Amino acid sequence: MIRYAGERLALGVLVVVGVVVLTFLIARVIPGDPAVTYAGPRASKSQLEHTRQQLGLDKPVVVQLGDYLKGIATGDWGTSYRTKRPVLSDLRTALPASIELVTAGLLLALIVGLPLGLVSARFHGGLPDFLVRVVSVIGVSMPVFWAALILQLVFAQRLGWLPAAGTYDPNLYYSSPLTSYVQMPTVDALITGNLPVLESSISHLILPAAVVALYPAGLLARMVRASVLDTLGESHIRMTLSLGFGNRAIFGRWALRPAMNPVVQVTALVFAYSLANTFLVEAVFDWPGLGSYAANSLQALDTPAIVGVTLIVAIVYVVLNLLVDIAQAAIDPRIRLR
Amino acid sequence: MTAVDIGRIVPSRGFVRHNPTLVAGVVLFVLILLVALLAPWLAPDPADAGTATHPFQVLKAPSSAHPFGTDLVGRDLLTRVMYGARISLRIVVEVLLIAGLVGIPLGLAAGYFGGHVDQVIMRITDVFLAFPALLLSLAIAFVLTPSVTNMTIAIAVTWWPWYTRLVRGEAASVATRPYIESCRTLGVSPVRILLRHVLPNSITPVLVQMSMDAGGILLTAASISFLGLGAQDPTPEWGLIVSQGAQYFSTQWWFVTFAGLAILFTAIAFNLIGDGVRELLDPRRVISR
Amino acid sequence: MLEVRNLGVWFGDDQVVAVDALDLDRGQMLGIVGETGSGKSMTAYAIAGLAPGMGARVEGSVKLDGRELLGLSDHELRDIRGRRIAMIFQAPISSLNPVFRVGDMFLRALRLHGASKPQARERAAAAMRSVALSPDLLRRYPHELSGGQAQRVAIALAVALRAEVLIADEPTSALDVTVQAEILEVLQRLRSEESLAALFISHDLAVVSGICDSVAIMHDGQVVEQGPIGRTLRHPEHPYTRELLAAVPRLNRPEKPGA
Repeated sequence: MIRYAGERLALGVLVVVGVVVLTFLIARVIPGDPAVTYAGPRASKSQLEHTRQQLGLDKPVVVQLGDYLKGIATGDWGTSYRTKRPVLSDLRTALPASIELVTAGLLLALIVGLPLGLVSARFHGGLPDFLVRVVSVIGVSMPVFWAALILQLVFAQRLGWLPAAGTYDPNLYYSSPLTSYVQMPTVDALITGNLPVLESSISHLILPAAVVALYPAGLLARMVRASVLDTLGESHIRMTLSLGFGNRAIFGRWALRPAMNPVVQVTALVFAYSLANTFLVEAVFDWPGLGSYAANSLQALDTPAIVGVTLIVAIVYVVLNLLVDIAQAAIDPRIRLR
Repeated sequence: MTAVDIGRIVPSRGFVRHNPTLVAGVVLFVLILLVALLAPWLAPDPADAGTATHPFQVLKAPSSAHPFGTDLVGRDLLTRVMYGARISLRIVVEVLLIAGLVGIPLGLAAGYFGGHVDQVIMRITDVFLAFPALLLSLAIAFVLTPSVTNMTIAIAVTWWPWYTRLVRGEAASVATRPYIESCRTLGVSPVRILLRHVLPNSITPVLVQMSMDAGGILLTAASISFLGLGAQDPTPEWGLIVSQGAQYFSTQWWFVTFAGLAILFTAIAFNLIGDGVRELLDPRRVISR
Repeated sequence: MLEVRNLGVWFGDDQVVAVDALDLDRGQMLGIVGETGSGKSMTAYAIAGLAPGMGARVEGSVKLDGRELLGLSDHELRDIRGRRIAMIFQAPISSLNPVFRVGDMFLRALRLHGASKPQARERAAAAMRSVALSPDLLRRYPHELSGGQAQRVAIALAVALRAEVLIADEPTSALDVTVQAEILEVLQRLRSEESLAALFISHDLAVVSGICDSVAIMHDGQVVEQGPIGRTLRHPEHPYTRELLAAVPRLNRPEKPGA
């Protein structure tokens, strides 16, 4: 088990390095002069020259790459041309916000999708199955940005039930200031017992999380259904039936556990997918996460920031895959042998 | 009476009855295809799909003259949505084509030859796969300056690795089969083996996957256009229309709604087809009761 | 003890089983022999009450100690399954749930049928010993067992549940010959020591003749011949039975009686 985990880890590191190199090279190809961005459009020629030296842009590309890789390993991820702050600290605020959003969304998706998939499998061929399948097809076919706009219009503007944007009520910055430990308003509020902020941040989280949850929920429902039905076709279910277990036991335990294998894998992939796709949701709901940061960085040709974002997402992706592999091995003992 | 189905294969009687998803998807798709193909004749104001502007008809609500309303420069939205179908379908087909033409041969090579070829190809593939697809597409679209064509290329670049991985698995297992061995001993050239034997036997999962990917590609394209890095005005791409309408949404609801619905229904059609194809080719069909 | 009369099983409009009569007594082993597609497995599933779950329609009568089983509610059937009628299947490792330890299955099955936790543990251990397996194997996962061990675990489950009838669907077909012999030996012992009644389904007449008291030959869903094993094999009446016998490879000459 340890060896298995070790192998996956080594492979992951290799992949991450490859990603960094590739991103770095791509970022160098982007037209436009980073020095201009950094120094501003009215900088004089000599100021630009100075900036270029400062940023290390005059060195050969390979050397720049080498420096960068060295920096990454030691925690220096460069300085954003746009915000003038270390990229790492920018990411330290942006990443948790995205993680908060995506985690909330995924939790919602699990809470909704898993039972729906089970119901669908249990009554397959019948009305509940049909309904669930219709709903899940809609879920995976829904354009995220459109759903976001519609939900925002209906629930925030027309009905006024939920806030339209942001992470929590800005008025609370003064009336109930939040000390930040993990840069996630909901979690921080929970830790520090800051009830007004907690309430506000949860209500701000609902709409964007719901939008994020649409696709995963639909996907999970379908996956669970397919996986459970597949498992039901396996011979050990016959044995379980012959021992006298009924439907509830079968769907609740004997078919459920073996069926979870592919579901775990999908969940992790979906997490990574959603993390990368928070762009759209963050744009509509003004959520200060990775997506917004990446979008702004792209527009500003902010190479260190772009590379930083890509790197962090790649790392998350690799870590997630690793966790999935381990989780799978834990659930399904057969995998440990391979 | 237990609802647990232990499984037994029954010969299909009645294609429609046994493949409702596939049929529903195909029907919907054909409708959309017809709209796309016949748009120049069906649409009320074909010029509105291009650069025409009508300053006196700006942001009008749906009416008999303009069933979907008009946009911010007065163009008929029904027309634009119809023409949008042409663009969307074209994008999906082109992405699948490019991704397939790049990914499948690489996968075949990796799976069949194994060894170093396999390692190199798969490492490159892994790196591309580790890239958040949307981010990469956006970056590439940005580098190449936003347009429909460049967006298509950008999406294709992020998509091909999936097919390579898929084909490689199949090709690798086909390569071990005895009859391939005999082909080799007979001196058949590798290219011929690949084309005539390995390819046909490895291709099915890829085709199934492609049918399932169509929906995702459509949504990706719409998303990229929504963010401004894909289609540019006056191209009537659905995602672009939604982004144009976003700021008017609270008062002029129709601007965003119909284009979004078009995306939704087309994606549903693709997904239904994808599901249907997968069910059809599933070797263990279980009767539904 | 077990009486089957006029049993019919249909898949849609196809009738796959049409059995007039089958009887099984305590301590008796009845072999059901036939080719693939003869309906022998479906007969077994119908008796165990699993047929409707496979999409089949069942008519007729199956009586256990005088009590009619067909037509019982699912709830009542679940009392019978495992507790009174147990089944073992071909490909034993696949028959055990791969993500649970073997012991878990024992505990849950036993507790389902009313045993307390300590009782369940006791009976599981005792059952394992009765099939010549160490109770330590209970901690293993199915894929960590050999085919023979897995099948003995399945039998042990029936023993632990104190089932009276064991329906064995091709229990040795997926196993090596030597392992086969072990399984057969276990079944023999259970028959003589516990008076276990068994329905032994197989396509292999030779195996059946070595262990069963009586045999029913099935062809095309019908029982074409049945009777005590010795008499049926020595003096087959039905042409199909004769064909089956002729197809068995022998080392000795056909006139010599016996397996």
